[in-house]
Amino acid sequence: MNRTFQIKFKNKIKLYWSLIKSLQTLLLLMTGLAGFMSSRCPWINFPTILGIAGSLFLAISGSTVLNMWYGRDIDSLMKRTCWRPLPSGEISPNKALVYGITLSVLGVGWALVIDLLCGVIVFAGLFFDVIIYTIWLKRRTSWSVVWGGLAGAMPVLAGRTLGTGRIEWVGILLALAVIFWIPTHILTFNIRNQEDYERAGVPTFPSTYGIPTTLRVISASSVLAAITMILAAVGIDITAGQMRLLAVLSGGLLFLAAASMLRPSDKVNFGLFKYASLYMLSAMILLAAVGF
Amino acid sequence: MKITFLDRILLLLTVLLTAYQIVFGIEGSTPLAIASYTVAFGVLLVAALLLIILGFEILDSPAVIIISTIIPLSLSLGLIAEFFPKYTPGYIIFAVTGFLAVMVSRYFAPKKTATIILIVVHGIAGLLIFSLPIYLSVIGTTNQGFLLVGVGGGLFGIGGMLLSFLKTGKPILPRERILSILPVLMLLTTAAFVAGFALA
Repeated sequence: MNRTFQIKFKNKIKLYWSLIKSLQTLLLLMTGLAGFMSSRCPWINFPTILGIAGSLFLAISGSTVLNMWYGRDIDSLMKRTCWRPLPSGEISPNKALVYGITLSVLGVGWALVIDLLCGVIVFAGLFFDVIIYTIWLKRRTSWSVVWGGLAGAMPVLAGRTLGTGRIEWVGILLALAVIFWIPTHILTFNIRNQEDYERAGVPTFPSTYGIPTTLRVISASSVLAAITMILAAVGIDITAGQMRLLAVLSGGLLFLAAASMLRPSDKVNFGLFKYASLYMLSAMILLAAVGF
Repeated sequence: MKITFLDRILLLLTVLLTAYQIVFGIEGSTPLAIASYTVAFGVLLVAALLLIILGFEILDSPAVIIISTIIPLSLSLGLIAEFFPKYTPGYIIFAVTGFLAVMVSRYFAPKKTATIILIVVHGIAGLLIFSLPIYLSVIGTTNQGFLLVGVGGGLFGIGGMLLSFLKTGKPILPRERILSILPVLMLLTTAAFVAGFALA
């Protein structure tokens, strides 16, 4: 009896965990922590570091769950997502909605308690992601990706703002780096899953403007992401060694972006998609390292 | 041939070692040497990352030969710039000309000519990476540990030759054998370079 309960409980946890897209959430959480630690504030302060990590994790998870809740009809039409707990009926929409709202309220509330400005930015991220991107624009225009990018940039800005006590130019550059990076991440993913998106009727850059234009946008956004990341690193005043590594990683991103435009293929597109995620993670670790 | 989990681990270790080398391992050299080492280890780092992400199929790309030429040329340029500065201008001319010759010959020259150019350019750069650290440590300019950079150069030369002949259609070993030892060879090469620079 006890064992059956344990197995059921474990499965339940797995289902609810899958609703928060853990890898994507952790990457965004890392950007927030990097923003915070890059400010060289005395970050080894348990309540503060737990606060920013916890509030961001809850708020990002909450917005992801709400996205899944609202997009469950789209998810059921796509091969890639039809197995998810909501379209497959393993979790009821009402439960997911309550779960998403609870996480979001807890996340934003916690952030507001730590610092008002930080809390407002975390709330803005949630608002941009759920209301503007998912509910309003995602089914209407391929340009929704811009708002998705803006939402994705809020964790790093929130972290930096908490560390410095104000919104300053380095925080804005970090946010811009994420905003410029998002099209590389999303549009390579759109190209890879174009059939799925067309089946679900979701407008994407490849379906609206064609692959060649999308590849040009990806290349341009990669260049801009690399430049703004390096400018932010200059502002943070990372060491020469760290700057060399950031330049190397940026060079890799630009190389793949150029390859995807000059010799487009599924393989190069997939490589750029994966590399872009690694790039963001590595860059954020490098920027966070100045806090040690 | 599919890349295995162990291959990925070995390549990840290579990535971490090269990252360490770029951040900490080349401090104190001359600016040109630092820039050259950064390019060499940077290309190695990105190559290892791409192998992890895309697997061995990436080696089928025609760009591999051109890009892999950057590593020995920039590493040897770094050594010249750091230890034999008076030869630097001449070697820069060789490195740039050699790189351009490899690049142009891949697309516009007969296969035989392209292979000869590749062997000459890789050969000179590889010999410098192999022999200069040994020479410098023997005459006492550096500590004995710098010998390891020469060992790394030797290992790198072996890897480079195996890949180059594979790419030119005349493999020394079967493709599967080459690919199975490539991650180990990359890790050992990088480890030797990192240890050599650290002990210099």
